[in-house]
Parts: sequence; C-alpha cells; structure tokens
Amino acid sequence: MRTALTVLRKDLLLELRGFETLPAMILFAIVTFVIFHFGLNQDTIDGQLAGGVLTVTLLFAAMLGINRLFVAEREQGGFDAFLLAPVDRSALLVAKASALFLFLVVLEVIAVPAFGLLLLGPSLGPVLPGLIVVLALGDVALAVIGTLVSAIAVQTRARDLIGPIIGLPLLLPALIGMARGTGPLLVPHASGSPPGKWVAILALYDLVFALLSYAVFDFLLED
Amino acid sequence: MLRNVSLQVPVGSTLAVLGRNGAGKSTLLRILATLLRPHAGDVLVFGEALPRRGFAVRGRLGLLAHDPLLYRDLSARENLGYHARLFGVGDERVEELLDAVRMGARADEPVRLLSRGMVQRVAVCRTVLHAPSLLLLDEPLANLDPSAVELVAPLIGRAAGATRVLTSHDPQAALAEADLVLGLEDGRAAFLTSPDKVDSAAVNRLYV
Repeated sequence: MRTALTVLRKDLLLELRGFETLPAMILFAIVTFVIFHFGLNQDTIDGQLAGGVLTVTLLFAAMLGINRLFVAEREQGGFDAFLLAPVDRSALLVAKASALFLFLVVLEVIAVPAFGLLLLGPSLGPVLPGLIVVLALGDVALAVIGTLVSAIAVQTRARDLIGPIIGLPLLLPALIGMARGTGPLLVPHASGSPPGKWVAILALYDLVFALLSYAVFDFLLED
Repeated sequence: MLRNVSLQVPVGSTLAVLGRNGAGKSTLLRILATLLRPHAGDVLVFGEALPRRGFAVRGRLGLLAHDPLLYRDLSARENLGYHARLFGVGDERVEELLDAVRMGARADEPVRLLSRGMVQRVAVCRTVLHAPSLLLLDEPLANLDPSAVELVAPLIGRAAGATRVLTSHDPQAALAEADLVLGLEDGRAAFLTSPDKVDSAAVNRLYV
C-alpha cells in the first residue's frame, strides 16, 4: 500500500505540474454537453436519454485520461524505474487506477453540475446521493479496466487506437449499468434511490474485474 | 540479440563490455537488470536465477541506462525522493547524494530545465541511492565534463566497491577501469579476457 501511495503521489504531482489530462477531460465533457444541447434540438432532457447522454460523455472524457495514463512511464522511463525497484508490481495497478478514479471524480464534480445547467430538466439536488453511488461504481469500472487497457495499449505503436478497441467492449456491461442506473434518477420527481439491480450489477462487475486485473497485471509488465 | 555469450564476473570486479552500436551491450545490461527476459540460456545474479528469482536481486542492483529514468516535470529532489521511497531509503540519503554531485543548488528545478550533464549527475544519484552491490553502467560518463567525471567517480567508479558491468564507446577508458573485458560483435562474444591481454587489433575490429 505504501508503494501504491508513493506512485499515486508522484502521478498527482505530475498532473499538477503539467495539467495535461484533467483540463482536456473537463473541456471535452463541457463541449459535448453543448453539442448535445444543440444537436438534440431540445432545451432540456430527462430520464433514460439523460442517463445515456451523461454516461456516453463521461466515457469518452475518460478515454482521454485512459490514453494518457501510462504515457509518462513509457516516454520518461518510469516503467523501467519501477520494475527495477524491489516492490510489488501490483502497486502500479492500484496507484494508476486510483489516479484515474480521482481524475474521474474531479471531472464529475465539474461536469455533472454543468450537465444539470446545460441539458437536464429535473433538478439534481434530491437525487444527488443516488447519482453519486451509481457514478462512483461506474468510475471504479472505468478506472480498473482503463488502467488494464492503458497498460496494454501504451506498449503498442497505435496506443490511441488500441485503448478504445479493447476498452470499449470490456466496459460495455458497466456502461449499460451506468446508463440504466442513472436514467431513473433523472426523471421529474424521482424517488432518489438508484435501481438496486443495476447497482448490484455494477458492484459485481467492479469486483470481478478488480480481481482479474490484479491477477494479470504482473504479466502485462513483462517485456 | 545475444548468442553464445558465456561469462562469470567475480564479486567486486569490473567487466567492461565493448562493441559498436547494436552489438548487444545494452541488451546484456537489461537482461542482468531483470528488465529483459532471455529466450534461452541461464543467467545468475548473486546466485539467483533470472528472471524467475528477479525479485531477490532487484534491490541489490543499480542500472544507469541511456535514459536517465527521471520524470522531466519533477525536480531532481522530487525524482530522487520518489525513487528513495520505492527503495525504502531515507531522504537524508537524497540530500547526501545531491551534495556529492554538487546539484543541491539546482535540485528544485524541473529536470527538463537542466543540462544533459546535470541530468546525468542526477541519474547517477538515482542509480546509487540504495547502495547497490552490482552496478550496471551503460555509457556512464556520457555528457559529463571532466569535473563532473571526478564528482561521480566515488559513486560509480572502482572506489564505490561494487561489482560493475560497464559499457563504453571509448575502449581505452573502459580498459583502464576493467578487470575483465568482453568484446561483442553482432551479439556474439568476440573475446573475453583480462585488459592486459586484449589485442588492440581485436578491439579495432569490433568497431569496423
């Protein structure tokens, strides 16, 4: 855990110095909401359509972060430096997934209110706790799968292509869960609690892929 | 690619690896550093078979590669602090090394703003942070001026007391440092001998 915190601290410091990932993710999300606003030709949306728009926007913004997650390690020798250290290699998975999760949280702190202002009809206030639960579970899926996929993609020449090609099919169940979980929360006078079935599916998906990623990550770092 | 290379480096001695670009010098170092997996043959470091027992030797070796393995947006102090935590070394060792290579005054500037020679000095500090018993040095004096060479000599030179495997494009300098010399030609061992028995014609043939 100490090693994971060391790597996470370094990653956050690098992001604070360079501001290369988060601003791009946030800008992408806001611009996408504006495009949807005019593209759908509706002042406001709600229900399942709103859930889908929010999920798709967060997914593509997340892809920007996923593509850049290991770039510094590849281009500046971070992989070699880490592999030379007498530490558990899974710490890199934990650190990178945690960094991506934090980026997604910061993204959503800005993007979800923007979504509420630009597109959403019903008020976000009453359903916010339920929405946070669904988004947090979705973020775990995006962070774990994103880290796994990014570790594979960064070792190829076509990393910008490989990330989405492998990542999107793997993420499909989680994305459906996010869209289905958020939709009922975004209707007028919603009850405020997310659908239990989709929350359970998201939680199970997170658990399975977290364990799977932990099991295979060591092999991905081999030459 | 390396083929039919067989050698043993006694503890505390220095092996100099000579050869032109692409001869396999860096590949040999990366295999010894546990970063590359050999497709065939046996590699033992400190008696531990690689790559299977790589975890047992990682904390005891230091690799100074072409790439400094430093993050450009972090300062020298931050980079060394990061590596120190990975190796379980205290911050006082970082300060000690920064002083040793006279980088204390520039230690808080991002690495991307430092000259190549300064970056190499910081990379030397990174390599020896954990006082490794085996030093794998790929062109260790690249980009260093004579005064900087003197600064790093106690850390990576013979005085460091570690077993060393070093590569160099300067055969004379390498021979002066070595107890054993390996000439590599297209991944094969052209010769393996002591420096006083090295035939200068054989060395010249490596670079033709």
